[in-house]
Amino acid sequence: MVGEFPPLSSQVNNKDTIKDLKRRKLIKVNKLLSYAVSKGANFSTTLKKQATDLTMEMLQSGSWKTEEFKKFNFDSLGINPSGGHLHPLLKVREEFRQVFFETGFEEMPTSNFVESSFWNFDALFVPQQHSARDLQDTFFLKDPEVANSLPDFWERVKNVHENGGYGSIGYRYSWSKEEAKKLVLRTHTTAISSQMLNKLAQSPYRPAKYFSIDRVYRNEAVDATHLAEFHQVEGVIADKNMSLGSLIAFLDMFFKKMGMSNLRFKPTYNPYTEPSMEIFSYHEGLGKWLELGNSGMFRPEMLRSLGLEDGVQVAGFGLSLERPTMFKYDISNIRELLGHKVDLNMIATNPACRLDKKMGREALQKGSA
Amino acid sequence: MPTIHVDKEDLFEYLGNQFNTEEFRELCFEFGIELEEDTSEKGELAEGERAQLKIDIPANRYDLLCFEGLTRALGVFLGRESITNYHVAPTSNPHRITVAKECSQVRPLIVGAILRNIKLDAARYKSFIDLQDKLNQNLGHKRELVSIGTHDLDTVQGPFTYEAVKPEDLKFVPLEQTEEMDGHRIMEFYEKDKKIKKFLHIIEKSPVYPVVYDANRTVMSLPPLINSNHSKITLDTKNIFIEITAMDMTKVNMALNILVTMFSVHCKEPFTVEPVEVVYPDGKSFVYPDFETKSITTTAKYLNGIVGIEKSNSEIVELLQKMSLEAKVEQDSIVVKLPLTRPDMLQECDIAEDLAIAFGYNRIPRVQNNEATVGAPLPINKLTDIVRREMAMAGWTEVLTLSLCAHDENFKFLRREDKGDEVVVLANPETLENQICRSLLLPGLLKTVRENKRYPIPIKVFEVSDVVYKDPTTERGARNRRHACALYASDEARFEIIQGLLDTVMESLGVAPYCNKQQGHAYYLVEADLPMYLPGRSAKVMLSDNGNTVELGTIGIIHPEVLFNFELKVPISSFEINIEPFL
Repeated sequence: MVGEFPPLSSQVNNKDTIKDLKRRKLIKVNKLLSYAVSKGANFSTTLKKQATDLTMEMLQSGSWKTEEFKKFNFDSLGINPSGGHLHPLLKVREEFRQVFFETGFEEMPTSNFVESSFWNFDALFVPQQHSARDLQDTFFLKDPEVANSLPDFWERVKNVHENGGYGSIGYRYSWSKEEAKKLVLRTHTTAISSQMLNKLAQSPYRPAKYFSIDRVYRNEAVDATHLAEFHQVEGVIADKNMSLGSLIAFLDMFFKKMGMSNLRFKPTYNPYTEPSMEIFSYHEGLGKWLELGNSGMFRPEMLRSLGLEDGVQVAGFGLSLERPTMFKYDISNIRELLGHKVDLNMIATNPACRLDKKMGREALQKGSA
Repeated sequence: MPTIHVDKEDLFEYLGNQFNTEEFRELCFEFGIELEEDTSEKGELAEGERAQLKIDIPANRYDLLCFEGLTRALGVFLGRESITNYHVAPTSNPHRITVAKECSQVRPLIVGAILRNIKLDAARYKSFIDLQDKLNQNLGHKRELVSIGTHDLDTVQGPFTYEAVKPEDLKFVPLEQTEEMDGHRIMEFYEKDKKIKKFLHIIEKSPVYPVVYDANRTVMSLPPLINSNHSKITLDTKNIFIEITAMDMTKVNMALNILVTMFSVHCKEPFTVEPVEVVYPDGKSFVYPDFETKSITTTAKYLNGIVGIEKSNSEIVELLQKMSLEAKVEQDSIVVKLPLTRPDMLQECDIAEDLAIAFGYNRIPRVQNNEATVGAPLPINKLTDIVRREMAMAGWTEVLTLSLCAHDENFKFLRREDKGDEVVVLANPETLENQICRSLLLPGLLKTVRENKRYPIPIKVFEVSDVVYKDPTTERGARNRRHACALYASDEARFEIIQGLLDTVMESLGVAPYCNKQQGHAYYLVEADLPMYLPGRSAKVMLSDNGNTVELGTIGIIHPEVLFNFELKVPISSFEINIEPFL
C-alpha cells in the first residue's frame, strides 16, 4: 500500500512559484513511499527452510517425506553438458554417405587434392582450350609444376581429342602433352571417377557404383556463397543398361531419401557428359524450383579411351555439400560454415542432421520466406 | 555460360504471340536454355524502353547466341517453320585473300566470306556486333584463337592480302578514332582502353603484327585488336566482307559458318553466302565458307537405349526434325545430317541428347535399374570417423578449416623453416590466403581460436582432415595425408589435458600408452626440441608396432611467440598426428 506524504505546513499551491523555486535551487523534490504490513495466512514466527534439491542425506534420513520443496522455475535453461560436438557440414556428409551405402555405392579414394591436368581435364575429354582450364578458373601449381608421368593410355586420349574415334570426329586440334602434365588443384572429384573407371576397365565387365564427398578447388571470385574450396558430392553408376530414364529413376529415389520428392530435369551442357541434365527440386516453402546439381551420361570419347568396352554406359551426378547444408542449417554466408571464421557456438548448438526431415529454411511455412 | 539479350516483343511475335513470360520460361527449361530475367518484370521500364529478355545459353550452342539463331531454332522446335538450308553462291571469280609467309610467325590462318545485298537496321546491326563479340569471347577464347573482322566491302578494293609487318611499318586510323597510328602507338593507345587492353598480349611480344590490306594498301584490320575506321560497317552498308584470323583451323571454320548462317537471313537472297578464296604461300588455295556437311550414322536401338524410350525409326526421324536435325532411315540405320549451325555435335551421343530434348526430359519413363552392387566405405574415412567421434565424445568440438593458407601461417608464424621439400605452392593465387596447401592442421585451429575471442575458455577444438605433402615418388608429385589435430586453450596450458585426449584416442585405436617401448603395439612420447613449442614442453609422438617405430607427430605447449604471431592471448597446448599408420 502506497501512502502520501502529509502536506507541507505552509502549502505552496501555485505551480509557477514551485517551478521558480526549483529553478533557483531553493527547493528539492523528494518522493517518499510507505508500506503498511499485516499478518497473512501462513504467518509464523519460526523459520522453515524450503528444500531446493533432493539430497543423499534426505534419502538416508527419510526426511524427504516431510521436506517442503521450493517451487521450480521450468522456464530457466539447464546447465550446458561439457561434451564436444561434430561439425554440421560433416554431419550432413554423414547423411549423404549413409544414403550412398544404402544404395550400394563404394567410396572412392579421393585423397589427392593435387591432380594432373590430364586426369582433371584431358581424360574427361575437356579440350585444352576450354575456359575451365584458364588461370582465372583453376589453381595451377608452381611447385611441383608438372606431373612426373602420365598413365600409359595417354596416347588414346591424345588421339580422341585430335582425330576422334569411337564413332566421334573429335575436337580436331593439336593436343599438347606438356599442357596435360601441368598440375592443378582438382576442380572436381570427377578426376578420381575417371581413375576408378580406368581401374574398373582392367577386369571383365561388372556393374559398379562409386561415390565420393571431398574437397575441390576453383580460382573464382569469392563471395557469400563461394569459397576457393568446397566439398563436392559425386556418384557414378557403370552399367550396360544405364539410360537417362534409369538415371532419372535413380535420382528420384536418391533425393527422396533426403526429403526431396518433386524433381524435374533440364537439358544442359557439360563437356564430358552427353546427354546432360540439371536436377531441380520444387520447394514448397519457398514456392520455387531450386537447382540441386548436375548429372549426365559420360561421353563415349571419355569412356572408351579409359578402356571401358563398347556398350558400358556410365552415368554421373554431382552437387556441392555446402549448398544443402547452408539450406538445412539456415546459414547465409559460407564463411560461417567452412574455415576458421566459424562461430564455435554455431557448431555447439546446431541440431543433428536428418536430411529426410524439414530443417532450417525448409521448415518455413509457404509464403513466409 | 553466355547470356544474350533479346527484344521480348520481337521474339514473342516471331513465335506467334502464343506465350507469356512464364510460359516462355517453361519452354526455355524444356529446350535447355534459361530465361534469366524479363526486364519488364523488374520495376517500370523507362519511357520508350523496350522489354528485354536475358537468356542463358549453354556454352556449346553458338547457334543460339543471337536473335536470328534463337528464333530459327525455337521456330523449328515449335513446328512453325522448316529446317533452313544454306548455300554458297556459285561464283566463277571469287574475291581473294593472299597470305604472306610471315603470318605463320604470329597468326597463321585466315578465312573469309561475303554477305551480299544485306539489309541492316539498328537491331540487326547490334545483333551482328554482339554475336561477333560472343564468338570472339567464347569460341575464340577471348580472341586468342579466333578473331572476327567485318568490313563494308564497297569501301575497299580486292584482291586482299593478309600480311605480318613490323609495328612501325603499319599506319591507319583505328575504328571510331581520328588519329593515324602505327603499331607502337596503337599498343600505347589501347593500354588505356578497358576492352581492347585485354587482347594486346596476344601479339604484343611478336616482332611482326598481322594486318589485312586491300589492293590499295589500305589497312582494313589489325587482328585480333581493332579494325580500321576506313572500312567500318554502318546501317547503310550493302555488302559485308568478313575476314576471320585464327590459330586453329577447326574453330575458325566454326566461327565463319555460324556468323554467315545466322546473318545471311538478311541478304536479298536469304541463306546464300558469297565465297572468298584464300591462297597460302605454298600455293595451296581454299574456298570459304566450307559448307560441306557431315553425317552421323546411328541406330534406333542405340538412341532408344541411351534415352530410355522405345520409338520407331520414323518416330525418331520426326522427333529429330524438331531439333533442326535432318535424318533419314537407311536400312536398319538412321543417318543424321549434321547442320552447319551445330559444330558441337561430334557423334551419336549428341544425337541422343537432342532426341531426349525433343521427346521431353520429364516425359521419359522412370525405370529402376536393379543391378546389385555392394556399398563400402573407404578405410581411411572409416578410421577418421572413429577418431572424430572419440574426440567429440571426450568433449572436443570439431572444426573444418580451409586447406589453403598463407605460407607464413604454415612456417614463419610457427617458427618453422621451409626447406623446400614439404609444401605444394600455388602458381596463380588471387590472395595471400591461398599461397600453399597446408601441411599442418594446427594453423587453422589457431586461427579458429583467434576468431572466437568471445567464446568462454577453455576452448577445446579438433580437426581430422587431409594435409598435402610433396612426394616426388608419386605420379602427381604430391599426396594427401590424413592428420588429426586438437588443442586446449585456457588460462593455463595444462599439457596433461591435451595428453589425456591423445591417450583416449590411442586407446580407442587399441594402442596402449607407455608400455614397454620396444615391444607390442604401443605409443610413447620422446622429448624433442621443436621450435613451435615451449622449450622443455614438447615431444614427438611415437608408435611402436612389434619393433617397427613410426613417428606419428608432435605434442606440446605452443611457444608464446607462435601465440603472438597468431594474435592469441591464451596459453595453448596441442597435438597433431598422422593417423594413416593405423589403417
